[in-house]
Amino acid sequence: MLDNLFLSSVVEWSRLQFALTAMFHWIFVPFTLGITFMIAIMETIYVKTGNEFWKKTVKFWMTIFGINFAVGIATGLILEFEFGTNWSNYSWFVGDIFGAPLAIEGILAFFMETTFVAVMFFGWNKVGRKTHLTASWLTAFGANLSALWILVANGWMQNPVGMEFNPDTARNEMNNFWEVLFNPTAITKFFHTVTSGYVLAAIVVIGISAWFLLRGRELLFAKKSILVASVFGLLSSAVLIFTGDSSAHNVAHTQPMKLAAMEGLYKGQEGTGFSMFGIPTPGKKYGDDKDAFVFNLEFPKLLSFLGYRNFNAFVPGIDDLMKGGFKEEDGSIAISVEEKIRRGRAAIEAYKEYSEAKKKGNEVVAEDAKARLFNNFKYYGYGYFNDPSGIIPNVPLCYYSFRIMVWLGFLFVFIFVLSLWIVLKKNGNFQKWILYLSILSVPLVYIASQAGWVVAEMGRQPWTIQDLLPTIAAVSRIDSSSVMITFFLFLILFTILLIADIKILFTQIRKGPKISNESV
Amino acid sequence: MDTTYILLQQYWWFLVSLLGALLVFLMFVQGGQTLIYTLGKTEDERTLIINCLGHKWEFTFTTLVTFGGAFFASFPLFYSTSFGGAYWVWMAILLFFVVQAVSYEFRSKANNLLGKKTYEWFLILNGLFGTVLVGTAVGTFFTGSMFSVSQEKIANLGGNMTISQWEGPAYGLEAVLNPINVALGLAVFFLARILGMLYIMNSIDNDRILARAKKQLLYNTIPFLVFFLFFTVCIMLKNGFGFSVEDAGNSKAIIRDDLPYKYFNNFIQMPVVAALFLIGVVGVLWGIGSTLFVRSIYTRGIWFAGVGTVLTVLALLLNAGWNGTAYYPSTSDLQSSLTIYNSSSSKFTLTAMSVVSLFIPFVLAYIACMWRLINRKKLVLNDIQTESHIY
Repeated sequence: MLDNLFLSSVVEWSRLQFALTAMFHWIFVPFTLGITFMIAIMETIYVKTGNEFWKKTVKFWMTIFGINFAVGIATGLILEFEFGTNWSNYSWFVGDIFGAPLAIEGILAFFMETTFVAVMFFGWNKVGRKTHLTASWLTAFGANLSALWILVANGWMQNPVGMEFNPDTARNEMNNFWEVLFNPTAITKFFHTVTSGYVLAAIVVIGISAWFLLRGRELLFAKKSILVASVFGLLSSAVLIFTGDSSAHNVAHTQPMKLAAMEGLYKGQEGTGFSMFGIPTPGKKYGDDKDAFVFNLEFPKLLSFLGYRNFNAFVPGIDDLMKGGFKEEDGSIAISVEEKIRRGRAAIEAYKEYSEAKKKGNEVVAEDAKARLFNNFKYYGYGYFNDPSGIIPNVPLCYYSFRIMVWLGFLFVFIFVLSLWIVLKKNGNFQKWILYLSILSVPLVYIASQAGWVVAEMGRQPWTIQDLLPTIAAVSRIDSSSVMITFFLFLILFTILLIADIKILFTQIRKGPKISNESV
Repeated sequence: MDTTYILLQQYWWFLVSLLGALLVFLMFVQGGQTLIYTLGKTEDERTLIINCLGHKWEFTFTTLVTFGGAFFASFPLFYSTSFGGAYWVWMAILLFFVVQAVSYEFRSKANNLLGKKTYEWFLILNGLFGTVLVGTAVGTFFTGSMFSVSQEKIANLGGNMTISQWEGPAYGLEAVLNPINVALGLAVFFLARILGMLYIMNSIDNDRILARAKKQLLYNTIPFLVFFLFFTVCIMLKNGFGFSVEDAGNSKAIIRDDLPYKYFNNFIQMPVVAALFLIGVVGVLWGIGSTLFVRSIYTRGIWFAGVGTVLTVLALLLNAGWNGTAYYPSTSDLQSSLTIYNSSSSKFTLTAMSVVSLFIPFVLAYIACMWRLINRKKLVLNDIQTESHIY
């Protein structure tokens, strides 16, 4: 009883702290992922043409990038160590698989990024043009390579593959590196996440350029920046939409409860529609008689198609997933969560028996227990739950976050198309409402970007590793008061740094690139 | 006994030790930060020093992150036990590194909210606590910590399910009560300052700063030698934590804490490691001595002291983990002590990671190449007026 009380408190504070750090980190990282490529593109034009206009343009965007970069690095450091400080069981239970991408990220990506970013910033007068350009491209590749490895790790948390449980060490061990690296969830997640970063950076560039146009300053710089950003943003959006579709398909197969929560879908059916916009019934709980929605506008059969590539496919809702009994894609009949809990308990008990038998040297009992453990291991994590409804994520949060992300995503596509059309048009002029919309899109793109992660991570709850390790079994045994104190310390520190960052950014933007409107 | 697995475990302890050694060397950035007011008497001089160090701060940071990642991948039980237990020590280290990262970028920017001086003090605090705390934490590799490990606990439904847990109320802060740990912490602090001075002398062309650095070098060498000698003598004379060398590869080897002169004997039984240690110490002293005792200003001391630092720290960490030694001993439950055999990743993961490690020479090569390009010319006061990106 006391242990349960301890857990609920320290788990909640640890989750809050991790969420805080991750969300702050994700304010700065997506911009880095995208702006480094746009800087490299602009610098390529400079090296090709030799026109100083592009050099000044590159330097301006580099200044904005530099301010953003430092806070991203700082928050990233904490995130890496928080896996150990706050989730010590997690670090052992899956460290054999999860640690590898983090180490590879450091060795292959961080050093590349760090080395060449130094050349980018301090090498203008020390290295040749082409070397500098190469450094800029390698900085962009380094940043994106680091994203690959951390997203491989994250993808594995959503869909654990390429491993086997070792009862002698009480942990999961990697048995196929390529399966971990080319995990479909990880690949989709990588492309979806980095392209969302490109879209964010493109919107920021367009928003800042729109501000210059509104003020009647740096007109040429602004229009050329918009040209690069809108092309880059539009191409990225195409990949983003494609990988968004792949993500839905993937989630339907690997995390059906997440999909049901994202859709606010309680009762599954064949030919399920996609909720375009709706208001989930406040206070709705699994098992009650309330309708799922107060209001819901659906696109017929679309969810079935997105999830299963079949307009008439059955999409299980939360009720179905809890009670089981529906036909799975492979023809088997789904089992209830209660049954999964029972089997999970059987796996945990079998592991206990195995350990004790091994200590006593009783190999026959150990082998029998091991067989039972592996028969039920698929549901191992469920064994930690008493209440089946504990496996349902926060439905309204997932539902709204998903829609915020998707609809804002389409708004950004509209802005890219419109901006590109205007800059390519002869004597094309931006009307004021377009400029205001572009500026307003800057905070919106950050909201969309954060909402995407809320869907991904809150939708995975209560698992740290899908179906294998819930947060209650992953947490470190430390005082919740210690975590509470560090949470508030980080909150205060990060907030101060964010305010400082924004103030510096605004000042630098107001200064502008100081380019005369010479012809390009 | 799987000899390949044993080799992989030893190889990864070597790599982690090497990363740790490089991290201590790169802490010249932290050491230099504590000297910005001592060596820089005017605003321009301070800006020059900060920019000189600022060109390298990301390398220290990246090495710290990679060190953490490599430790996680190769010895996850250490990650789980130390980070999850010595919570306050690691959180304090992280906090002091976070403020460093932003201080360089924000310091000289207009409208930076906290003012230039605050960011300079952030750099000083990072230099002081970052080095002392890392050194103190590493000291526990020789003196022990209060934790217990029991893998079976993960199946303890309804009870305490935590595999590794700290057994003291201070979550790692109790390490500062042990004089050996503190001595190492302070030795690392003064060494970082010495390396910082030598690096600045090698990278800046300014007579006044160089003269001040040379004077300060002596003041910092004395406490460094006192604390380093105290630490070294203490660990060489004390009983050590370890197990029979015949048990190499055995994750269930019986750990003992009464092995007389364990760390001294490790050097005797591993003469190459002992030689690395001695060469390293001589290198550090040579770097300092050549700078102090050559009449004119000698600026190449960082090369000797830097290589010496890497070799010394590498040898100390190898001593802590090889030759049947428990590298992270537990004073609460001796059999919970971590060895490279009971805390490592699986053979498969270590093999996969070893393939990746083949890229390390390539990474080091491009870093060296780019450093050379950037550092070809020494920094002068005029540079802070002409550079487009200034910290």
